[in-house]
Amino acid sequence: MLKLESVSVYYDKREVLKSLSFQVRPGEIVTLIGANGAGKTTTLMTISGLVKLRSGKIIFDNKDISNMSDYKIVQQGIVHVPEGRHIFPQLTVFENLQMGAFLRKDKKQIKQDLDYALSLFPILAERKSQQGGTLSGGEQQMLAIARGLMASPKLLLLDEPSLGLAPKVVDIIFDVILKIHDEGTTILLVEQNAQRALSIANYGYVIEVGKIILTDSGTNLLQNPQVKEAYLGS
Amino acid sequence: MLAQQIINGLTVGSVYALIALGYTMVYGILQLINFAHGEIYMLGAYLAIIFVVSLKFSLPIAGLLPLVFLFAMFFTGCYGFTIEKFAYKPLRNAPRLSALITAVGVSIFLQNYVMLTQGAKDKVFSHLISEQINAYFSNFFSKFIPSDGSRLYICGAQIYSLQLVIIITSIILMVLLNLFVTHTKIGKAMRATAQDLKMAHLVGIKVDTVISTTFIIGSILGAAAGVMVAMYYGRVWYYIGYLAGVKAFTAAVLGGIGNIYGAMFGGLILGLTESLAAGLIPGASEWKDVFAFIILILILIFRPQGIFGERIGEKF
Ligand SMILES: Nc1ncnc2c1ncn2[C@@H]1O[C@H](COP(=O)(O)OP(=O)(O)OP(=O)(O)O)[C@@H](O)[C@H]1O
Ligand SMILES: [Mg+2]
Repeated sequence: MLKLESVSVYYDKREVLKSLSFQVRPGEIVTLIGANGAGKTTTLMTISGLVKLRSGKIIFDNKDISNMSDYKIVQQGIVHVPEGRHIFPQLTVFENLQMGAFLRKDKKQIKQDLDYALSLFPILAERKSQQGGTLSGGEQQMLAIARGLMASPKLLLLDEPSLGLAPKVVDIIFDVILKIHDEGTTILLVEQNAQRALSIANYGYVIEVGKIILTDSGTNLLQNPQVKEAYLGS
Repeated sequence: MLAQQIINGLTVGSVYALIALGYTMVYGILQLINFAHGEIYMLGAYLAIIFVVSLKFSLPIAGLLPLVFLFAMFFTGCYGFTIEKFAYKPLRNAPRLSALITAVGVSIFLQNYVMLTQGAKDKVFSHLISEQINAYFSNFFSKFIPSDGSRLYICGAQIYSLQLVIIITSIILMVLLNLFVTHTKIGKAMRATAQDLKMAHLVGIKVDTVISTTFIIGSILGAAAGVMVAMYYGRVWYYIGYLAGVKAFTAAVLGGIGNIYGAMFGGLILGLTESLAAGLIPGASEWKDVFAFIILILILIFRPQGIFGERIGEKF
């Protein structure tokens, strides 16, 4: 479904992704784990077209999207829920959700997706006319994911969705990720919480300073001594 | 006396407000102070006079006025669109100072462009037209407001009907703008883009289109202000954009730059302050322009974020 082939990305003169290759197959949950500054966010930003690649290729559904403009990539079905939530602070919860469906015209289907998103996070329905910026951190993360769903993604890119959240909210978020996946959406998940991420992922990639250094199934990576030592704190 | 100053203040204030909106909307999205925006207003005023002069007296006022507005707004909108595409867009990723200096350059360019093509002297249209327009509206308003044929009397103030037209038209345009940004898809996308540019890209908003729209709308509002001032004074000059631009910029900063409601209130407050100070402080009418700068300095010292500006990141 998604394939990165030797992708290199530079910020100014510094190579941040060094000939990175990996793939996501349809219907999978794939996780990308790695230390701070390894290049996880950059990888997602490159996929969604906000950061341009210097060389290599990104293929999505047999189409080369490497040089596509960002909104066309969204139209292809790749939807990015960024690190730090990025809620529109002075739009209401409802308007934030509307913005998620910005490129769509199928009114009926949008309404259905809205109902679905609100059923996953009932609290958002109660907060519908509240300004996004006044939501709690957990609610903002829920809104960020719900807004992503409003674009009707085939592939959902989630960057650190559990960052800074209370354990209970983290549970809710991971539950929802599984539900979204069950509904048929493919997921590429970037997480600090490697334990949680690997335990729900079909497949995992470990990234270190811009390179994939390990790849295996989620369960195998959980047992891998190298991963245990570096990312699972044991 | 007081009523007189208030109405005079509201008249200039609504002009400042309309121009200030263009500064604030562009700043909200690009963090660029478009110094050329005062010249956009000047172009609107010129286009109005050029249009009226070229039509001579072939149209009744009721038919002429809407056409003047449409003509000036359309072409000024085109100027705004083109300026953004050629002067600012190529600098989108350049350091902010480059765009700022370019804006100053565009401003100087437009002044000289108009001076060379339209002449360095005032451009006027016949008093007859001014008077006709005034009489047309006096006639209309005299149904509700006491009038002596050329002026209206409100609470003891003598005002020209065109002042009332300026105030009312400005209010209508601001209400329309408010409806536009709160109720249309592209208007909401404008607010979203101003609040979080990166996220706007990620939800698939065509940010280039939003930026063009912002420039066009800002220019249209500036043009409307220009048309009304041209009708009111019956004359324009290639340099009028400078002072009006500085005042409107002050109004935008006063309200909190980036915030459209701030620009509206900032404009009105600035207009009222100038007018009341000029009217109530003996001898002050000679240096009323100084008040704008005093206000600008005071806000920058005591409340740099302006009246409606809150913390960084909060826009409109
Ligand atoms: N806009 C930028 N300009 C220059 N360097 C950047 C930029 N964004 C990221 N970097 C650098 O690129 C490297 C990779 O950053 P990235 O944000 O992709 O890491 P990450 O794996 O997501 O880290 P974290 O776990 O902390 O979120 C870092 O060294 C970072 O400093
Ligand atoms: Mg990151």
